[in-house]
Amino acid sequence: MPETMTLVADDLGQSYGDLVLFKGLSFTVRQGRALVVTGDNGSGKSTLLRTLAGLMPPASGAVRFDGLGPDETIAEHCHLVAFANALKPELTATETLVHWRDILGAGETGLTTLDALDQLGMAALANTPAGFLSTGLKRRLALARILVAPRPLWLLDEPTAALDHDSSLLVADMIRAHLDDGGLAVIATHLDLGIDGLDKLDLDTFTSPRA
Amino acid sequence: MRQTLTGTVAALFRRELTLAMRDASALGTALGFYLMVVSLLPLGLGPDASLLARIAPGALWIALLLSALLSLARMFEADYQDGSLAVLMTAPVPLELVVLVKIATHALTTALPLILAAPVLGVLLNLAPEANGKLVASMLLGAPALSAIGAIGAALTLVARKGGLLISLLVLPLYVPTLIYGVAVIDPASGATAQALLMLAALSLVSLVLAPFAAASALRVTGGT
Repeated sequence: MPETMTLVADDLGQSYGDLVLFKGLSFTVRQGRALVVTGDNGSGKSTLLRTLAGLMPPASGAVRFDGLGPDETIAEHCHLVAFANALKPELTATETLVHWRDILGAGETGLTTLDALDQLGMAALANTPAGFLSTGLKRRLALARILVAPRPLWLLDEPTAALDHDSSLLVADMIRAHLDDGGLAVIATHLDLGIDGLDKLDLDTFTSPRA
Repeated sequence: MRQTLTGTVAALFRRELTLAMRDASALGTALGFYLMVVSLLPLGLGPDASLLARIAPGALWIALLLSALLSLARMFEADYQDGSLAVLMTAPVPLELVVLVKIATHALTTALPLILAAPVLGVLLNLAPEANGKLVASMLLGAPALSAIGAIGAALTLVARKGGLLISLLVLPLYVPTLIYGVAVIDPASGATAQALLMLAALSLVSLVLAPFAAASALRVTGGT
């Protein structure tokens, strides 16, 4: 990872037609820091993450990721774990991770697939097709994806929503290790992640009063 | 980044081919549909062997268009529904290349088997055996255009409910030139086999260049939701 990477949102706004989700949103996420985004259902948390990833253009303002090369995009340096898990029922856990590692990794590889699965407590399920996994296990497999291809910015949408207590702790460990490693994260969640010292952002305070 | 471009494209190919092999239902449906349409024709038109032989090239081509269309609607749908499309948008290659890989996989795993089945189905329509070579050649040259143009329709109708019907209205008119030149290759009366083959190749090349850009910009509008 390059020495200084900073994610900057500058007067960011997003809307669907006339419906303004949020506006005037400015924040900075430095290396080793994570921003926890809270807000009501429909306040635009998931949309904010997609906007930060560069998958949709902001309605106003701008997103910047300092420390990137001249023709590099935020998208290729972030991991977006959205609400949908991006799993194929017919692929096994290992195959899923191998495919995503080769597609997302750009030659660089992080943990081996088995280590990544082990870190989320599902090493025994390496050869199980994703279609047979429960909701929580699917979520853990989706999270294991971001361990096999190293990227500095993690954008996580409710990472622990479907998880039991023990695996929530595993995810907290995983995020903590990423931050200690100099990574950045923006996490949209309602739940307490059990990590101390995270920055907080309440998206509702940036929403225009609804009619 | 640059030296890893081919590696990423190869990885995209491996994923698409693995998924196509694991879930053969798309191919099975398309092949079954092709067989049904072609075998219904003699039943509907009666057992006039010379009439069937005359319409065989056109009928086989039209049935190919419809069968290809049936599978096209699903080109991006599964990836869109399960969230894979959003992750693919964060791959270290332009989305246009992801689309091109999808087009190539569709041509290889769906269009190619349909084309190989065409001479067999030609027997049902009393197609002259010496026309088989031209039939397969015209379809092979035209198939990339079918897959590429279809990708635009599939991307545009991705968020539309009942997109499967809409895609037919969008894509079939764009298939008209490919159909005309495809049939002209086989028709002995046209006497312009070589020219028609060149036109088919040109149509495929132009579609392969333009379609990834059109389809990718349609996909970007969805924002990967």
